[in-house]
Amino acid sequence: MQSTARSFKDNVDTALADPNLQDSLSKLKVGFSERRRQAAERLPEFEALRDRARDIKNHALANLDFYLEEFERKVTALGGHVHWAPTADDARRIIADLCRSIGARTVAKSKSMVAEEIGLNEHLEALGIAPIETDLGEYIIQLRHEPPSHIIAPAVHLTKDQVADTFLEHHSKLGFTRRLTERNDLVAEARAVLRQKFLDADVGLTGANFLVAETGSSMLVTNEGNADLSNTLPRMHIVLASIEKVIPTLEDAAVLLRVLARSATGQESSAYTTLNTGPKRPGDLDGPEQYHVVILDNGRSSVLGTEMQDMLRCIRCGACMNHCPVYGAIGGHAYGWVYPGPIGAVLTPQLLGVEEAANLPNASTFCGRCESVCPVRIPLPGLMRHWREREFERHLTPKAIRQGLALWGFMARRPRLYRRMTALANRLLALLGRAEGRYRTLPLAGGWTRFRDFPAPPAGGTFHAQWRRRKP
Amino acid sequence: MSEAGSQADRAAILGSIRRALRRGPLSGAARQAVDARLADPPRGPAVGRAALAEPEKVALFCQWAEFNNATVARVAAADVPGEIVGYLARNNLPAAAAMAPSPALEALDWASQRMLTLRHGRGEGADQVSITGAFAGIAETGTLVMASGPEHPVTLNLLPDTHIVVLREGDIVGGYEEVWQRLRARYGKDAMPRTVNTITGPSRTGDIEQTIELGAHGPRRMHIVVVGG
Ligand code: SF4
Repeated sequence: MQSTARSFKDNVDTALADPNLQDSLSKLKVGFSERRRQAAERLPEFEALRDRARDIKNHALANLDFYLEEFERKVTALGGHVHWAPTADDARRIIADLCRSIGARTVAKSKSMVAEEIGLNEHLEALGIAPIETDLGEYIIQLRHEPPSHIIAPAVHLTKDQVADTFLEHHSKLGFTRRLTERNDLVAEARAVLRQKFLDADVGLTGANFLVAETGSSMLVTNEGNADLSNTLPRMHIVLASIEKVIPTLEDAAVLLRVLARSATGQESSAYTTLNTGPKRPGDLDGPEQYHVVILDNGRSSVLGTEMQDMLRCIRCGACMNHCPVYGAIGGHAYGWVYPGPIGAVLTPQLLGVEEAANLPNASTFCGRCESVCPVRIPLPGLMRHWREREFERHLTPKAIRQGLALWGFMARRPRLYRRMTALANRLLALLGRAEGRYRTLPLAGGWTRFRDFPAPPAGGTFHAQWRRRKP
Repeated sequence: MSEAGSQADRAAILGSIRRALRRGPLSGAARQAVDARLADPPRGPAVGRAALAEPEKVALFCQWAEFNNATVARVAAADVPGEIVGYLARNNLPAAAAMAPSPALEALDWASQRMLTLRHGRGEGADQVSITGAFAGIAETGTLVMASGPEHPVTLNLLPDTHIVVLREGDIVGGYEEVWQRLRARYGKDAMPRTVNTITGPSRTGDIEQTIELGAHGPRRMHIVVVGG
């Protein structure tokens, strides 16, 4: 997917002015976070499970080469194949070659953020192979040629009416000519359209939530059942997963599952949690003849052993964006690439480079809610601060901010000068408009006053002056 | 793609990981520790609700299954076919189903239900109703565990609109860890069936305005017949 992270500031303006998006986001704020809170309360062991989930992922990362090799050994023993893809380019090539090896014309895809990350759909289309998104949200945005706006609810930015218009436009040629108004009718129509596509597809492509080294299984968590149709009906099943998805054992999976669904949607469990291990066995009445796992690095291994390693624990639950005031105001598209919200602000500079995504780590109020809900306790604000420092060091911050901060830093290191200057500024501001209690415009502060008034300082001098007077 | 090329890619990723971790392949005590962890997997923090005794465990399974939009009936083995025919009638569904070719299901007294037409085999795109067994039930979340094999095609879990599951009380366990133990006992420590589906209620989606609708791609209705004794 093409990144627009560079135009983050413009993206934000567009998002704030989009009434449909704002309508959808207002529902998000109450929905996911309230349901997560209730689910966490229903399970007294939830906090202990989060600690353990963090430890399991840390252990897996510290022994990542071992568990990946172990996983490969088990997959191969059961008749499957493992392919290693150092870069996005390699992964696209491997998958395209696999599709062509059986003359595939269509690929039934279930939602995979890694597939978005490597731009798989565009690549397959260019080769004349049709990727069909089967997760309802992904299907809707595929019809609309939009990127996902949330890692677990890709169409969360759309209203029901927008979906109805999209379906009418695309389904009428298939004989569905009525504009639907009820959600359940929309779901039923998509089910009918996609069912036939499933039955016709040559390849099923899924992501994986976890790769279990002990058994060589890929584990996938969904609610719709589309991933299970993808891994059962077509002749070939391809799993695309990044290196950090590997975990040691099924017992570890049990711990991670207990925190994943509750953090993501507030469910006790997602409807489908599926372990796939190798191709169809002798005597089986269904299942794919070929089973392939493509393991993607794409820059992740270089994060190991650095102060940014914690980001690799992420299990892509989406809780951090569901609880983020910035995401809640601007939605996912403004972040400009595959991963939005706090985890996107940390991951995107890593995967695309800090030049491309320099603005994202600034999209935070440092309120800390993301870290407080993250099931694997990733210190997201700390990681964002790290990127801000890198950004500043590399002179990617705009000149005005750098000079302003440098001036402030110069004065802040000189307390007497600082007090003199602030007292002066305070009196100056008072002259400018204390009577009104706010300023509509202010020299040098156009960026602020363009959208809101600047509050006038209260009478009584600077904070320092008042502090000295009131100190007990 | 050349074999040599893929070996080079494999070496590149593993080498990059080891460089980042500042060590070579695991050896000595470090290697023994991870081998031991795989051989005897440590469990996570115990979950109280997964550790209930017999009658409460079955009740908890039923409670969570219903919480997750399944319906549950508890009957004796002899009454299973009658319960299923009654369920289909109550929901205005046709008295026809695709049934898993499992000896345990075949052994039930279907002859007593003359109105019911059964097809034995895998699921097909137009099936309305399927009947399958289950490898286990998990009380902790009201979840069913389906292990694929000649006696249990995966398509029966997914394609029909209505999925009826016959589950023996004795196969209901407390938590996920007990299912893993049962899988290892049945298939061996290093082997697994092609697919293990753990299924919690009917298929659903929240993708339109975050409002849950049932029956996205899999079954719209799930009815669990818990067999006592
Ligand atoms: S960073 Fe944490 S909260 Fe955010 S998606 Fe990843 S696991 Fe979930």
